Amino acid sequence: MGKKIQLGTKILSANEEYARQNSGLLRERGKYCLNMISSPGSGKTSILTQTITNLKGKLRIGVIEGDIQTQLDAERIRATNAPAVQINTNGSCHLSAAQVRWALAQLPLDEIDVVFVENVGNLVCPSAFDLGEDGKVVVLSVAEGDDKPAKYPAIFSKSRVLLINKIDLLASGGIDFDTDRVKTDTRRLNRDIEIFCVSARTGQGMENWYNWLINAAKKTS
Amino acid sequence: MHETMVAKNLLDAIEAEAAKQKARPVAARISCGTFNAVNDEVLTFAFAAIAKGTVCEKMKLLIEHKSIQGRCGRCTRQFDFDLTRPACTHCGCDKFDLLPDPPLLLEEIEFETE
Repeated sequence: MGKKIQLGTKILSANEEYARQNSGLLRERGKYCLNMISSPGSGKTSILTQTITNLKGKLRIGVIEGDIQTQLDAERIRATNAPAVQINTNGSCHLSAAQVRWALAQLPLDEIDVVFVENVGNLVCPSAFDLGEDGKVVVLSVAEGDDKPAKYPAIFSKSRVLLINKIDLLASGGIDFDTDRVKTDTRRLNRDIEIFCVSARTGQGMENWYNWLINAAKKTS
Repeated sequence: MHETMVAKNLLDAIEAEAAKQKARPVAARISCGTFNAVNDEVLTFAFAAIAKGTVCEKMKLLIEHKSIQGRCGRCTRQFDFDLTRPACTHCGCDKFDLLPDPPLLLEEIEFETE
């Protein structure tokens, strides 16, 4: 038997230190920050472009985009005239707090009230890495199925908001999706989570999300 | 796949401790909560790959998983939470709080003795 040393140290402490720095910077500058997490294709970028466009004059939004490859999402955000910084992770499945620290330095924070971080499309890994945000927003589109909170509990338990997106598709009757099951399973994991059923495409339900966001941002500034 | 980042941070921590102890590490025990979503096979594979050529090469990793804990609103006892049966396992009450998920911890390192 060799010599054993007891430690009990956090393995992700380096990321946590960067997250603390990000949180400190955002607080000092009075910015509200949300970390948006979902599977690929759930509609995160569409929700953001609609939110930016419809809240023009009420809330100034800047976006940090995380993708494995391409500038496509940052270009979609910039097309709304909002500032966006693209991070390409080149294979990594999540954004780290160090990458977000770099991106925050690129954003014109004086011209922004709310910073959104659109994480790499992945329902598992991003939930394990704090970025220094005020809260997480998980997006679930109805085509992904209603069993996702049960199968991927971590992100649903840690989020401040759940946006159930693409609800316009339910009207066609071609998708079996039990909204009540999603709400019940999610609330078992997270009693305080806000849940909004929305369609970024048609605008249905988006007003409730906008109101929540405006109020949440107000408390920070 | 985030296990590669976990493996890199783990390697850094063990290498630093090995330099301090001036000894070769042979095993490490880590613990993690369920929500850390650590897959043993992936983490072990990633760690072995990046530890090649370092003082940590051929180290053994012991990974301990901690279940999600609920605290009952009626009998106040703690229990292992199961989403498919979301109730206190002691008294059956369905009013409870989930306790924070334990973080990823490097609990212990075993070093070679001469």
